[in-house]
Amino acid sequence: MNHQIYVFLKALLGSCKDLLPIVLVIAFFQFAVLQQPMPNVGDILVGLALVVLGLTFFIYGLEMGLFPIGESMAQAFAKKGSISWLLTFAFCLGFGTTVAEPALIAVAKEAATVAATGGIIADSLESQLSYANGLRFTVAFAVGFAIVVGVLRILRGWPIQYLILGGYIVVVLMTLIAPNWIIGIAYDSGGVTTSTITVPLVTALGVGLASAIKGRNPMIDGFGLIAFASLTPMIFVMIYGMVIH
Amino acid sequence: MDLFFEFLNTLKNTIVDVLPILSIILGFQLLVIRKPIPHVKQVGFGFFYVLIGLALFLLGLEKALFPLGKMMAEQLTAPEFIQAGNQVLTSIHWTDYKWVYIFAAAIGFSTTIAEPSLIAVAIKAEEVSGGAINANSLRISVAIGVAIGIALGSYRIVVGHPIHYYIIAGYVVVVIQTFYCPKLIVPLAYDSGGVTTSTVTVPLVAALGLGLASTIPGRSPLIDGFGLIAFASLFPIIAVMAYAQITETKANRAEKQLEKRNRIKLDKENTRKLNVNDETS
Repeated sequence: MNHQIYVFLKALLGSCKDLLPIVLVIAFFQFAVLQQPMPNVGDILVGLALVVLGLTFFIYGLEMGLFPIGESMAQAFAKKGSISWLLTFAFCLGFGTTVAEPALIAVAKEAATVAATGGIIADSLESQLSYANGLRFTVAFAVGFAIVVGVLRILRGWPIQYLILGGYIVVVLMTLIAPNWIIGIAYDSGGVTTSTITVPLVTALGVGLASAIKGRNPMIDGFGLIAFASLTPMIFVMIYGMVIH
Repeated sequence: MDLFFEFLNTLKNTIVDVLPILSIILGFQLLVIRKPIPHVKQVGFGFFYVLIGLALFLLGLEKALFPLGKMMAEQLTAPEFIQAGNQVLTSIHWTDYKWVYIFAAAIGFSTTIAEPSLIAVAIKAEEVSGGAINANSLRISVAIGVAIGIALGSYRIVVGHPIHYYIIAGYVVVVIQTFYCPKLIVPLAYDSGGVTTSTVTVPLVAALGLGLASTIPGRSPLIDGFGLIAFASLFPIIAVMAYAQITETKANRAEKQLEKRNRIKLDKENTRKLNVNDETS
């Protein structure tokens, strides 16, 4: 028991260290640059304590639950040897985790307002909603597609740089022909897709697959799934913009 | 008591967010793999901890950091702060915003250090590489990348350059680095672009972008406010590859130096031996 408490306290201390830079930055700007007193100090202290505790629990659960389940599923699929089921799983994981992602919902809503004020779509609530939903499903589909391509890459051992660089070239070419108002949203949509729970799961999946398949190096082949998931939404959202246009 | 109800509410939202993932995992595990989950009790507890942790984390951010950070972003970009006493900005020079760039870099760096998904990837990378990649060094290089990215992105909003010039230039740098940096780091570097921007960074950065774009004449908050996140996902890639290149060069140099030192030592020993031989003969 004592040992467990020691481990927990150590993890707590680690979380405090992770948070220290934010506290320093905020304090510095509040006192030295803006020269204002700190508002509701009590609330802030409580909030900080919650953040530290939350981060500690998260990391603790990560190594106990998320990493093992990701890796054991990857190994089970590799043993089963059914590529089509593995790819279906990959697609569902990408699509399912993205379509409900709160950050994406927020960005899609904001993007719908841009489009309405810019006169791209009709200025009614209904058309805004359908546009926002369209955007959301486009991004979710793109992420599902990305995980499928990423898993295929691990299975076949394709070198990642050619795929990513090829993707960059497509993004650049699409930027030239896509309507201007979609570009900022498209670029941002790549970054908002990957949530705090998806990332550890997908990483564990990739590493688990690469270690289960002979001839794959988990370092070279296991990482990279998230890179695909942040690249394809840019391409698909620009296509969406062109279709709407 | 209020805090407790707020916590329950956040926990409920977190569970709703996780539900799709959970049902996909369970569905495939039970219907396709058809084997019991290994260590099911431990994994269950792990998931439970992750949920509790995430809910506490989000609630704490909502209580302490976000209101303050957002307020700061607004105050630092407000016309009164940029040009003392002016309600509306007249002619601006990009240097007027020096505190904004510093804030952008500092907040980008510090929020990235606390980003849970980056912590996860860094832990995994250290484990998989057998310690060759240090989790903390990786996180610091990603954070430096985000800091540079957000500062540069803020500068772009201030001067009003089109975003794609910057992004395309960044891509060119990534391509060149890909050919010269150690192969092992490439996939991890590409990944680090996507993991930087989630729970902590996005809300604060969005507030900064919106504050900038809505106060500078000629910028539209709806068009120029976007794009900061793209910068925050591109520059970490460059930073991580640069970190790998620097470590490799250093290791090579250290090796060469060691070789040189050994050779000198050997030479000395040889001459000493010769001398001894001379004396004895």
